[in-house]
Amino acid sequence: MKLALSEEQEMLRKMAHDFLTDKLPKKVVEEIEKSELGYSPQLWQEMAGLGWMGLTFPEKYGGSGMSFLDLAVLLEEMGRACLPGPFFSTVILGGLAIADIGSEEQKQKFLSKVASGEMLLTLALTEPSARYDANAIETKATANKDGYVINGTKLFVPDAHIANYMLVVARTDEKAKAEKGITIFIVDGKSPGISSTVLNTIANDKLCEVVFKGVKVPKENILGELNQGWPEVQKIIQRAAVAKCCEMVGCIQQALDMTVSYAKERKQYDRPIGSFQVIQHYCADMATDVDGTRLSTYQAAWMMSEGLPCTKEIAIAKAWAGEACQRVMALAHQIHGAIGVTIDHDLQYYTRRAKAAEVSFGDASFYREVVAKEMGL
Amino acid sequence: MDFRLTEEQERFRLEVRQFLEGEIKQGLWQPTCDAWIMGHDPEFTKRVAQKGWIGLTWPKEHGGQGRSFVDRLILTEEMLRYGAPAACHWFADRQIGGAIVHYGTDEQKKELLPMILRGEAYVGLGMSEPDAGSDLASLKTRAVEDGDYYVIDGQKTWTSGGSHMNWIYLVARTDPDAPKHRGISEFFFETSLPGINVQPIVDITGGVHFNEVFFDSVRIPKKCLIGEKNKGFYQVLNQLDYERSGMERLMGNYPLFDALIQYTKETKRNGKPLSEDPIIRPRLAQLRIEFEIGRLHMYRVAMVMDEGRAPNWESAMSKAYGTAFEQRLASTAIEILGLYGQLSPQSKWVPMQGMAYHSYLSSKGYSLQAGTSEILKNILAQRRLELPSQ
Repeated sequence: MKLALSEEQEMLRKMAHDFLTDKLPKKVVEEIEKSELGYSPQLWQEMAGLGWMGLTFPEKYGGSGMSFLDLAVLLEEMGRACLPGPFFSTVILGGLAIADIGSEEQKQKFLSKVASGEMLLTLALTEPSARYDANAIETKATANKDGYVINGTKLFVPDAHIANYMLVVARTDEKAKAEKGITIFIVDGKSPGISSTVLNTIANDKLCEVVFKGVKVPKENILGELNQGWPEVQKIIQRAAVAKCCEMVGCIQQALDMTVSYAKERKQYDRPIGSFQVIQHYCADMATDVDGTRLSTYQAAWMMSEGLPCTKEIAIAKAWAGEACQRVMALAHQIHGAIGVTIDHDLQYYTRRAKAAEVSFGDASFYREVVAKEMGL
Repeated sequence: MDFRLTEEQERFRLEVRQFLEGEIKQGLWQPTCDAWIMGHDPEFTKRVAQKGWIGLTWPKEHGGQGRSFVDRLILTEEMLRYGAPAACHWFADRQIGGAIVHYGTDEQKKELLPMILRGEAYVGLGMSEPDAGSDLASLKTRAVEDGDYYVIDGQKTWTSGGSHMNWIYLVARTDPDAPKHRGISEFFFETSLPGINVQPIVDITGGVHFNEVFFDSVRIPKKCLIGEKNKGFYQVLNQLDYERSGMERLMGNYPLFDALIQYTKETKRNGKPLSEDPIIRPRLAQLRIEFEIGRLHMYRVAMVMDEGRAPNWESAMSKAYGTAFEQRLASTAIEILGLYGQLSPQSKWVPMQGMAYHSYLSSKGYSLQAGTSEILKNILAQRRLELPSQ
């Protein structure tokens, strides 16, 4: 058993850390969050130039053929730096799904453009019911002679306002069981009938309401097989959950580092507050939570990377990470005192992102049920 | 032993409720969380003053009602339940009036108390400084005697109500050569005096409540000194027992509790109301249990005050407990909302007018302001349990 990253992964981590630290002082993060696009096109191209988008795509599609575990290392650094923008949507939600189950034509059409930074993707999955089970999919895709027509409302779709294409999860067979009548469509974001409204969210991450009114999609744009979409959607959710955990590791590692630094510097009663036993215990608890999150996240990421079945390990990681983030951020705030509850302090970037990550792609309640099933309860 | 309130007290509670419900029906204001500290409504304060509900516990000879702290607790409990905008008079009523009654000269009582009773004193609290948070005694703001005046120089931070205040309560150093606890004095003066500069601080919710206040050679008449010169630290410790003692440390976000119950009854998931969900239902019940325990803590504190004692470890206990409850309420509410918990109050689709989101962020300060929970637990451990200090 080995828990350390490889030399190449360490190099990738360091490079990503230095690059993102340099490019994303918090003032820049703030500007990007407040902008309409929600990302910096210039930074996006630089990231594409570094090969980040296509990291795991086969080389024939412009990728580097690296593993999901390598991508996990990048995602952690992105979490640490609070990178705003559609990397998660484009690569994790869109690109990896197409790389996994796309036809050869689809892979040719989409993957190299994602790798080069020319194309933005996202996944339109959740609806106003805000659940991740098959019954929650009510958006309909009705067949006609030319293809399909989509009607419905999706909610909390990241970056829909800028995505060139959206992977839309819709119901194509209402008579079948919920899990058996779902199809994934790759829909042009400029199709007539789509209207995206950016919602105001805690992480300023451009989650959108997307309304589909008579949106036409050709048959060729089915991703995977007709009516067989749900098992693939479940894989997308699992992959997204692990990727989100990687971001959370970076988030709470940074929160821990900031807090320990502060506890060493801030003096009251003529001594650093970090010398008080209760503060030391808080920091110890935070470190324990961070390491537990790191270990369980990388376990799930490694297993995914190796193609091993890991439904239980993913559930453990995501259920744990969300709640660990809440505990870590609460202690970080308590130790920072009043200064940490101001908008000018950096801590709030992590607080807000931790909350968004906790509820995305299944919260602790959702994954506890998965674990219960795995336990045979 | 008797856990009942008197008939008179129950009638008083009803009277307050009817008043507040009437105001809401007339559209004068809407229930919000943290309204006791952020809801500045001078007209509401005047109407409360007209009912004689400011200074309820002050002696009658000073214009108060001479009523018990339990009675005041009933009044504030209802104000908080209904999220009433009482911020203009809250500090003056809760602690400054009491400080003047306790330590003030007859002249000060005559001059200052009627103004507070009329609801005309909007008080900011000038205590913390950039280097003096928990260690308040290390404060540096100076008050130098100059004839009939003190000259104030320095900087306060986290000053509550700074942007609305017309009076400021200030602790400053009057003897830099004495040991730090013994060189501090309390002052109370109008903020219209020249040399006072207020800079708002934006908090994590994007709201503005706390401020930096800069004093640049501010000349205040000597009559602004409260109590004894250089005894201010001990006076303020006493004041802090009262500052910590109230129901606002348990019910600051109570409107969220009511809204959450309503929301879970009205919102269905898989055909059943959330209130019947096997995970959510016991969590709501547990919150209720924890609230009821907190309420008993609060009533105990009021009874200590009615015995004529400062509720030192008692309010340390009740505030540490109460603010932890408020934080659990906020995080439970936002958790129950799932994906919807991410939506800010201005967003389309936001449930409960964004109360859960707002309280989730604003409640982070509850366990810090007016004494961090760590300090409070030290007080409890050392004063009540007589454990040795470090």
